Amino acid sequence: MRSYTRRKLLDSLVRVLCCGAVVLALLPLVSVLGYVFVRGVSGLSIAFFTELPKPVGEVGGGIANALLGSLEILGLACVLGIPLGVLAGVHLAEFGSSRFATWVRLAADVMAGIPSITVGLFVYGLVVLTTRHFSAWAGAIALALLMLPGVVRSTEELLKLVPESLREAALGLGVSRFRTTLLVLLRTAAPGIAVGVMLSVARAAGETAPLLFTSFNNRFWAGSLEEPTASLPITIYTDAISPYAEWHERAWSGALVLVSLILVLNLASRLLLRTRVKAS
Amino acid sequence: MSVVAPRAAALTSPDPTGSEDAAERRSSPSGSERRSRWDDLSVGSIVPKMQAEGLRAYFGKMEVLKSIDLPIADKQVTAVIGPSGCGKSTFVRCLNRMHEVVPGARALGRVLLDSQNVYDKGVDAVRVRRRVGMVFQKPNPFPTMSIRDNVLSGLRLNGVSIEDPNAVVERSLRKVALWDEVKDRLDRAGTSLSGGQQQRLCIARSLSLEPEVLLMDEPCSALDPIATARVEELVHELRKSYAIVIVTHNLQQAARVADFTAFFYLGGLVEYNRTDVIFTRPRERRTEDYITGRFG
Repeated sequence: MRSYTRRKLLDSLVRVLCCGAVVLALLPLVSVLGYVFVRGVSGLSIAFFTELPKPVGEVGGGIANALLGSLEILGLACVLGIPLGVLAGVHLAEFGSSRFATWVRLAADVMAGIPSITVGLFVYGLVVLTTRHFSAWAGAIALALLMLPGVVRSTEELLKLVPESLREAALGLGVSRFRTTLLVLLRTAAPGIAVGVMLSVARAAGETAPLLFTSFNNRFWAGSLEEPTASLPITIYTDAISPYAEWHERAWSGALVLVSLILVLNLASRLLLRTRVKAS
Repeated sequence: MSVVAPRAAALTSPDPTGSEDAAERRSSPSGSERRSRWDDLSVGSIVPKMQAEGLRAYFGKMEVLKSIDLPIADKQVTAVIGPSGCGKSTFVRCLNRMHEVVPGARALGRVLLDSQNVYDKGVDAVRVRRRVGMVFQKPNPFPTMSIRDNVLSGLRLNGVSIEDPNAVVERSLRKVALWDEVKDRLDRAGTSLSGGQQQRLCIARSLSLEPEVLLMDEPCSALDPIATARVEELVHELRKSYAIVIVTHNLQQAARVADFTAFFYLGGLVEYNRTDVIFTRPRERRTEDYITGRFG
């Protein structure tokens, strides 16, 4: 009986410790979100989303160019990175035992660990120096490189989760390997892959360092993808290090918009995962 | 349908009348050896739809099938029995070239479908599998598809345009006696059915491609006795139109559904004969031991 009481006691103790750890871990997240919200919400208005930033001394204005620029760069990065990443993931899942695949997998893992500033420098050397100007393209390439490893590995892992019996079912029906992969395996794994992709995109969306030397910044609308382009993270960065109080305010509001964007991406992927679990 | 000797028909099919010619032409040592092996069996005359000749299968370097010679009679049921790991599943998977799907697996020898060796260089494995359908141990309907789409999946995934999908669905589901049970919920997920229904759905899916041979790899091992009985009835029905090979662990099942039975042991074919002969007066000691439950 004494051992039972001891067990109960130990149980409650460990439980309290676990709960404490959770609270401790959540504290930074909640306080960051709360503080950004409190500081940033006052600056939000319709104009904030539709107008260009005003010069120092003038009131009002917004970050419309940075918002559009971020979406442009991110969209382009998706167009470049997602198909490539998904295809590479399919290769790893389907031909994963070859020597080549082993190297690709290793490369993806190493790439996932490369500091983002290094990616920015790499694209600076590769694109910016050769074209002799900053551009949205360069920023998009940098972000695509950052999201690539996540997309590759999540595609591979989720394809591997598709039961072997489905592949056999399709092959047994005389379906070619190509069509089996495309119409059965990818289709079955699609919701899960979408989640992995979204998380990778969300990660890239908040990156500042790789954009510093690639898409740079622009106080005005960018005329084309060939020009330096404003983005949310860079705008927040330059506003925040400026000496002007009103720019600081703008940085807070910009941060709130960026955080919300990433939060929405994350929550959407969670939701997708949940509906997927319910369906199966 | 004229009946001819098994080996000859394999060579001359689809024209069985030329059998005597073919028998004469055939004089290689392996051929005569095989003939002596079949001639004194009580198999009688059968029309083989398929025929394995010197079929060997490997996983990596391990030989799991040792030179199998076995005819698969047309419009009859052939049961493959034997203890676990004896190569019976591998054997049927070699018949429609599903064996080689597993990394490191390969097969040597010949498997004739009508008179064509499916392992010939120019033969497309994908086409073989359309003619030789397969039903697996565990029901495996596509989880992303409705009942209707599961039935049509064989055609759709192959890019075949379907003129009258509803007719195909009804015809295929009627063949497996599932139509009345599911006709009001064709848009529900295929995985929402019971295990036995799922297995019949999978059989319907195979039949929608109108195969010539149906391979069933322990189709009832995941089913309860009632669902098993339904599938067995179905096998009885289907044998009128298809050559059927059924792998089973269940000896009673083999006795109930099969016209011919092959006993595999340690990767080799021990005995092949009419089912009643196998079960009442087997020629091999090992067969008798197995069917009387002394091992396996």
